[in-house]
Amino acid sequence: MTVHHLTSRNFKEKSTAALEDAVLQGNLLKLKDNFLARRTKAKESLPEFDDLRDAAVVIKKHTIAHLDLYLEAFEASVNASGGHVHWARDDTEARAIVLNICKQENAKTVTKGKTMVGEEIAINPFLEAHGMTPIETDLGEYIIQLAKEPPSHIIAPAIHKNRQQVADLFNEHHPHLEPRDADDVDGMLADARIVLREQFLKADVGITGANFLIAETGQTVIVTNEGNGDLTQLLPRVHIALAGIEKVVPTLEDTMTIMRVLARSATGQEMSSYTTFSAGGRRKGDLDGPEAFHVVLLDNGRSKLLGSPTEDILRCIRCGCCLNACPVYGKIGGHAYGSTYSGPVGAVLTPSLAGLSEAHHLPNASSLCGRCEEVCPMRIPIPKMLRHFREEEVASGMAPASARRGIALWAWFASRPGLYRTMTSLTTGVLSLFGRKRGRFSSLPMAGAWTATRDLASPQGKSFQSQWARRSKS
Amino acid sequence: MSEARDAIFTRVRGGIPRSDDAAARRAVAERLAGHTRGLQPQRIAIDQEALVDLFAENAQAVDATVSFINSAGDLPDAIADYLRSRNMPAQAAIAPHPDLDGIDWSASTMEVHRRAPKADDRIGINRCFAAVAETGTLVMASGPDSPATMNFLPETHIAVVAASEIIGSYEDMWDRLRSANRGSGEALPRTVNMITGTSRTGDIEQTLQTGVHGPKALHIVVVKEG
Amino acid sequence: MTEPSSTSPRVALLVTCLVDLVRPSVGFAAVKLLEDAGCVVEVPLQSCCGQPAYNSGERDKAQLVARTMLDAFEGYDHVVVPSGSCAGMVIKHYPDLFEGTPDEARAIDLASRTFELTRYLVEQCGVTDIAAGLDSTITYHDSCSCLREAGTREQPRQLLGSVDGLDLTEARDREVCCGFGGTFAAKYPAISTAMATDKADRMEETGAKIAVAADMGCLLNIAGILRRRGSKMQVRHVAEILAGDTGTSAIGEGEE
Repeated sequence: MTVHHLTSRNFKEKSTAALEDAVLQGNLLKLKDNFLARRTKAKESLPEFDDLRDAAVVIKKHTIAHLDLYLEAFEASVNASGGHVHWARDDTEARAIVLNICKQENAKTVTKGKTMVGEEIAINPFLEAHGMTPIETDLGEYIIQLAKEPPSHIIAPAIHKNRQQVADLFNEHHPHLEPRDADDVDGMLADARIVLREQFLKADVGITGANFLIAETGQTVIVTNEGNGDLTQLLPRVHIALAGIEKVVPTLEDTMTIMRVLARSATGQEMSSYTTFSAGGRRKGDLDGPEAFHVVLLDNGRSKLLGSPTEDILRCIRCGCCLNACPVYGKIGGHAYGSTYSGPVGAVLTPSLAGLSEAHHLPNASSLCGRCEEVCPMRIPIPKMLRHFREEEVASGMAPASARRGIALWAWFASRPGLYRTMTSLTTGVLSLFGRKRGRFSSLPMAGAWTATRDLASPQGKSFQSQWARRSKS
Repeated sequence: MSEARDAIFTRVRGGIPRSDDAAARRAVAERLAGHTRGLQPQRIAIDQEALVDLFAENAQAVDATVSFINSAGDLPDAIADYLRSRNMPAQAAIAPHPDLDGIDWSASTMEVHRRAPKADDRIGINRCFAAVAETGTLVMASGPDSPATMNFLPETHIAVVAASEIIGSYEDMWDRLRSANRGSGEALPRTVNMITGTSRTGDIEQTLQTGVHGPKALHIVVVKEG
Repeated sequence: MTEPSSTSPRVALLVTCLVDLVRPSVGFAAVKLLEDAGCVVEVPLQSCCGQPAYNSGERDKAQLVARTMLDAFEGYDHVVVPSGSCAGMVIKHYPDLFEGTPDEARAIDLASRTFELTRYLVEQCGVTDIAAGLDSTITYHDSCSCLREAGTREQPRQLLGSVDGLDLTEARDREVCCGFGGTFAAKYPAISTAMATDKADRMEETGAKIAVAADMGCLLNIAGILRRRGSKMQVRHVAEILAGDTGTSAIGEGEE
């Protein structure tokens, strides 16, 4: 995976800046009460929810264990329905394939439905560099395209923007329309509808992602609420669907099992407004639809996860629920992660695909609270994988020496309980002499990171074990 | 075939432990042919009449409006009434579907244009393949008599479905669609749209707004007979 | 008060580092609660469950330290822990930590007989009514490990609910991480502080006098924020409240 647009190395600075960004903080607060609260409600309204999660895991495990065979079957089904399958080892190959198709169409305007793979391969700047105009049609993606920013959330890309910021962007970029007030959300939507409708109609090529690739039928599936994905794939002459190779699912029935937990986990809806299954181009007698249909299957590091400790991340259905549940994401937002995929899934996927040296902060910036795993519809054991990366850091010599020394010292004593008891009691006894009166330290050598912002409670006196030992003797 | 394809398959196969290739292929072939359905939610284990009620309830919960008519002949007046109540003109683009062709629109005030929709059509009427009670979802199957853009271009979408076409679960619907299409020689329609409510977005401050790109209003007419 | 019988289980207390070193009074409160419930409590010589090393990716060192705990707690019917985090380490992570090693069976066995304190009192000892009384208002923070590793949520509330005069007001976002996370607080202090500040805000806005939890890590963190900002809210471990030990200075408060 090319890392030119990866800035995860700067996680600390970016996350600090995010904490100080009052507008972002205000916007992030809403995540809990909206998506997450609705997800909880949706789960409570479907008694079979947890059983469906288990069933979904079984389906995906089976599929991954037979991934080569299902990919073959999918390809054959796409071909049988008149579509074309392309294989891309990495983002460079994927971009070249898309460009080639667009050039063959003499494409000028290229509409885009929301696709995280599109972000991953940075297709927009590439098409622009070749004289084409890609237009994001998902409202959130359109907003950030105007702002020249990457998405900050997997399903709500502009979640970091408030209505004032959106109004400012629209007013700047829609000079031919009436300026909008921040409170006129209806007006802004009406403007977006007008502006983007024009683009839908003149597009030569439409690019979408695919939530599922169905091996049985050769269909790609898109799941949207706005209808933009459908207008993107129906109106132009050519439809290109971009998807990671792990998106393949065996049958329509298997798809629906997973579908039942997808929208509920993402936004709390039972089904999104538009769930569309399409295969191939126009058929004889059709009045609309694309003439040609292409699917670009992207590896970009996914295949090397097979058989690795992070294989289970290939089950991810990109619902974004882990982001909504994560207390760290909830404080810093998506941009701080500096990668296409943020939040808990990004903390696993980014080091998996781009390497740990680029992305080492991400698996470390977690309190391992476990909420991500708790809400994940595909029961992905994210905390376990974060710990795996921490082990990899130690094994490869990447872990900071000071931290390792601290742990080594602690472990030396802790593996000798008798000595541990003596030394710790001595230390706490001494510390309590200084700290007992006030009960806390506002500053303490070696605890600077803590005491910069928090008081540190003083030990009460001699340790429990030494007191217990004395009691037992008497 | 292509170098990239070969390389990807080599990598994929390398990452999967497999002792018996023939058994694996059999398992895949069986699964693809078997169409085994997973867990079906309890909520649809009810009779047909209750399914129709459940469908209407669920569709209304996602801001679709639902009305019931006795027979297809009542359709023009029902739609004209609906449009009048919304202060909308009684004219629409209508899908060239044989069921809709067979209706006499002339007696009502409705003016229908039998074609694929245009971008500025305010109202579009089409015929569903089925409806799924589980979540109040309409199922549209594309074809020469059912342009898929009718579901997205018009501002108001009016969908006609027979009460007998309201099914319990998505899996029931796929079975029905598979058998319907085998008759036409194709595996499945090019596009199957599952529509649950109106176009919406939460992209501006996570407040749910309707009618971004797709229809702002969805009206479902359920025909009780035939 | 229940009297121990000859068929009573042999109960050992896993003290936990933070209780052992920073707040021994919690350990004594835990012993009192267990003895009141009819247990004979022993405290074998012990050190640390090994979690700091485990979460830092130092698997070998974690095994080294955790093995001393496998040794220390052999032979006890039940091991009781005044911490969801350390209990969770044993219950949920020891089997994984020792997977594929000669100690795997012992690890699984220890995991099966380890309990967080309030869960043990309610589910194993059948305690329904706490003798202590306290005229005050509290709010309770659920630690991540209690919720997701040690199966503890209702049990502390049941016990606290039986304390005469005590009123519990639930805080918003009480199941959201306080930001301690052990090494996380030291490695990413800005984010950790922001999370801890939110937690302190949520607890203060209940108007309760005392913030309570079952984990010293969380409590030190919450107290760290509250004391720094000069708040009047006290911070105590659930064991202290249940054992009626409100004479001891609250966490981060001293003799003055």
